[in-house]
Order: sequence, then C-alpha cells, then structure tokens
Amino acid sequence: MREEYRFLPEVTVGRAGNGCAPEQVFSAPEKPDTSHIDQSVELAGVPLKNPVVVASGTFGFGREYGQFFELSELGAICCKGLTLHPREGNPSPRIAETPMGMLNSVGLQNPGVDAFIADELPFLRQYDVRVIANISGSTPEEYGVMCEKLSAAGVDMIEVNISCPNVKAGGLAYGTRPELAAEVAEVAKSHATVPVMVKLSPNVTDITEIAKAVADAGADALSLINTLRGMRIDVNTRRPILKMNTGGLSGPAVLPVAVRMVWEAANAVSLPILGMGGVSTGEDAAQLMLAGASAVAVGTALFADPCTPLKVRDGLAEIAAKQGLNTVRELTGGLRPW
Amino acid sequence: MPIQQICTVVEMTRLDASTWWMVLEVGKLVFEHGLMGGQFLHIKCGDGQLLRRPISVARTQWDEPEDTAALIFEVRGEGTRWLSQRKVGDKLDVLGPLGNGFDVSQGGRYLLVGGGIGVPPLMEYAESPKWSKVAVLGFRTKAKAFPNLVSRFQEHCEQTYLCTDDGTLGRRGFVDGQVRKIFEKESNFTAILVCGPKPMLKSVAKVAAEFGVPCQVSMEERMACGVGACLGCAIRMKDGTMRHVCKDGPVFHAEEVDWDA
Repeated sequence: MREEYRFLPEVTVGRAGNGCAPEQVFSAPEKPDTSHIDQSVELAGVPLKNPVVVASGTFGFGREYGQFFELSELGAICCKGLTLHPREGNPSPRIAETPMGMLNSVGLQNPGVDAFIADELPFLRQYDVRVIANISGSTPEEYGVMCEKLSAAGVDMIEVNISCPNVKAGGLAYGTRPELAAEVAEVAKSHATVPVMVKLSPNVTDITEIAKAVADAGADALSLINTLRGMRIDVNTRRPILKMNTGGLSGPAVLPVAVRMVWEAANAVSLPILGMGGVSTGEDAAQLMLAGASAVAVGTALFADPCTPLKVRDGLAEIAAKQGLNTVRELTGGLRPW
Repeated sequence: MPIQQICTVVEMTRLDASTWWMVLEVGKLVFEHGLMGGQFLHIKCGDGQLLRRPISVARTQWDEPEDTAALIFEVRGEGTRWLSQRKVGDKLDVLGPLGNGFDVSQGGRYLLVGGGIGVPPLMEYAESPKWSKVAVLGFRTKAKAFPNLVSRFQEHCEQTYLCTDDGTLGRRGFVDGQVRKIFEKESNFTAILVCGPKPMLKSVAKVAAEFGVPCQVSMEERMACGVGACLGCAIRMKDGTMRHVCKDGPVFHAEEVDWDA
C-alpha cells in the first residue's frame, strides 16, 4: 500500500549564458559513503534513531505526510499543539507567504488532548518512532492536567509550548516572562512522568533569561525557536493579509535567528536542545547542531517538499562523513568560536 | 493517495495576457491515482518561492507513455508568473492528486456553473458522457471567454448559457440571475456544481437552496502544505467546525458552509 520512500530523480537544469543558449543538464556531485555513520542521538534521555524531528504544527499527527514516507524513518514526531479542550482556531486567511518564509495564524486548532489520546496516538504507535506531544494551556493547572493525561497515555516526551504568538490567553505571555515560564515548567514537570521539553519564544529581548529560568525550574530539555511575530500588508486593499493582522514567521528566512538563539541558549544552560527554525538542508541542521543542538526539527520546509526531513537526515550524515566523524552527535556544540 | 513526482510540460499555450493552458505528463496519476478535473496539483514554482501553488485540474486523460493533465491558470503573483514562463519539455515538481473534486457518483443530470477562472475545473464534468448537463458560464467580458474553452461546453452540454458582466457576450449580468431563470422553468437536476469567486458561490448557493437543488461549491483559501497538515486553508462550517480546503475540499456541500463567516 505504502509508497516506498525514494528521492525524486536529480533534475538540475541550468541554462548556459544568456538564457537563449541550449539547455545543459549538470549532474549532481558524488555523495560520500555514509553507511558507517551512527546517526543516533539522545534528547533528554530519550534515544532517537536519528536527530531529525518534525516540528509541531507542521506535521499534524503524521497521517498526511505518512502518505509520502515511512514515519519510522524519523527521529521523532512533535505532534500538532494540543489544548485541554478542542479549539477551532482563528479565521482565515491564516497563511501569508513572505520572502523565503511564511506567516501563519492558525491559532492552535486541535481536537483536544483526550481526542488525541483516543484517536491519534494509537495511529502513531503503529510506527517505530518517538512521539512528542506538544501542549498549550491558558493556566498552569491546564498544563498540569495535560501532562498527567499524556504521561499516562505513554507519549515519549512532552513539549511545553509557552510561546504561541497566535492565542490571546497564556501563549506568548508565558514565554516572554521568566517567572511565568518557570511556573509553567515547574507545574508541567511535577505532573509529568516523561521528560519535559520547554519550547521557547524568540520574541524576547534576552533568550538566556528565559532559558535559565526554565532550566532552574527543572525542565529536561529546551526547544527553540518558535515563530517570530510578523505582519504582511496588501498595499492595494491596505489590509493585513492575515485576518488576525499578525502571525508567526517561519521558513528559511528565520534560520540565522534560530542559529544565534540556539547558540546563546546552549552557552547559558546545560540542557539538551532541540534546535529548529528554517531548516531545509543537512547544512542548516548542522549549523544548529554546531551551535549546540542535540537534535533538529524540520517544519515549514515540509510544505515545499514533503521529503525534506529525510533529505536533512541524509545530508547530516554526509556532512559527518565528509568531516571524518563516525557519529552525527559529534556535531553538537562543535562550534569553533573566534 | 497523493504522490510527489517530476512532471514534464508537453503543451503550453497562452490564452490571453494573463491566462495559460498547460498540459503536463503526470505518470500514472490518472489511471492509478484517480486524478480528475476539479482536484488540484500542488506545484513547486522555482527556488524563489517557498510555497507551492495549488492549480486546479481542468481535464485529465489516460495516455501512453504517460497520462496527461490540463491546467488553466491565471498569473496572479510571482509563483504563477514563474509557472507561465515554462516551456515545453521543462520539468515540474508536482504533488497530487489533491482535494476531492465534485461528487458525481449518482450520475443523472447536473447544472454546471462556472465564473471566470472557475470555469476550467468544470471542463471534465462537461465533457463526460456519463451524465447529462446544462452549463452556465460567466465571464467579466467577451475577451475572457476563451472560444476553445466555451466550445467544449457547447459541444457536450444540452445547453450552454453565457453571461458577461458587461454584456459583450451572452446575457448581461451575473450567473446567479441565469441560474434563477433556469430554475424557474425547471429544477430537475441531481445537483448544481459551482466553481468561481466566493461571492458568486454564495449567491448561486442561495438560489439553489431556494429551489431545493443540492449544491456543491469549490472553495478557495490561502494554502501552504496542500495535504491537510498545516491547517492553513481553514473555512468555517455552519456547525462551527473548521474544515480545510486542501484536504476536505475544495468541493463542499453548500448548505454546510457558513457563508457569513
């Protein structure tokens, strides 16, 4: 039934000179042997078969992209953000494309934590892949209740979203104030029996402040970055494209911000980091790992190419092979500072 | 089930300043994956655009060595501009089949109603010999009513009514007025299938509801993933739930849509 995953044939068509010349097809350079590379990593004590995770909110609960490749090829799946009760999300338009990026204002549309446990988790459990549940609450208590339910249901890890820019209550407020972030992390930690990873917002002056507060509160790992708040305006109608006016920016445009913030956070705390933001190639992922990430998440790039996570995984292994490493985890924190 | 594949452009015809007819070789997408008119292909438009562009399929054909799909699209931005610059022989990275298309499983007799660039996705339904049909096609002006497109409807439908906003071709006015005139005479249709801009869908759906004719509408919304993962292209239904144009649509039963959202 399932289409076996394979790369599309390499079709690199370049036109020589002024564009009027006949087409010339350039072949791709030879790829190094990666069969000896150990791709496994560990994130907050959870072993992943490779460092490539898919980012929450870009992968649903795996059903859609599972049509394009085997979910067990992934290191882990961060599920669509859950709330205690179902949410319908924001009105459309929810999407605006931007230079090498996009804004979204989906607003945490989800079926609620109970429906996830009943309908989606069993589907994901058919595959040999780590499942990370992502949760958002409007009070610390809600985070606690969800952590209990999800721990009991047997997810591998919980990613605590304190940084959604698209909801009014909670969301970003928790992610921009260290004392609130710490409170949520503490409550989550005390109600969860699986590792707790806290997802940080880049919409702050100093990411290390929040990272330290969350680390001191007992979090097992950090994930960053969530989307950057942005806006796009249709100059003809003079209206914002998004019905909610502003939204979260993601895609290749945000990669340098992600690399910088992962590097800052890694220098400030000793927690393992799931790095994300604009990853679409192995090289992008390697940058985040060198900056200090133990694993990386692919998000928006999926929309351009559903097989991006596998290309990132293979690209990372190739970089490791070229650099004479035996494992990809040796890249983590391998930055050579000036 | 959708797949990703490289497709070759085999025909590229400019219909007017901003509209193109493009035929792609699509592997076995028609024969094995059931691609049909009214569904869409999600096409990568070069390296300069991050997101793919959803393009409706006008008609499909089983063929050798590969099946083909014909698309009619308008240049609306950078992505579709890039697409319009493709030449025969160029390769495109395509996801499909995506979306549901119209439900014509009951057979019978259909009223096809298209407006502007919403006309092409009805083409396959007009050409099929499996059911009888009447068409109402609306355009801004005569120059936008491409003869090659209109003639396909005229050839295969019992009757094809034309309307233009400025009266340069057929009846002056919008398609909902024509639909009302038809229904006043007879409303013996299995369903009315509508594709076009949202205000048109809404007004035609209203007329259909008045006469008790089941109405299917093809909706549009800004889209990212195209497969149902990102939840970007949401539309609100009457019952308050959100559905997604890419996965649950683009065709919806008109009575389920919250037209006031």
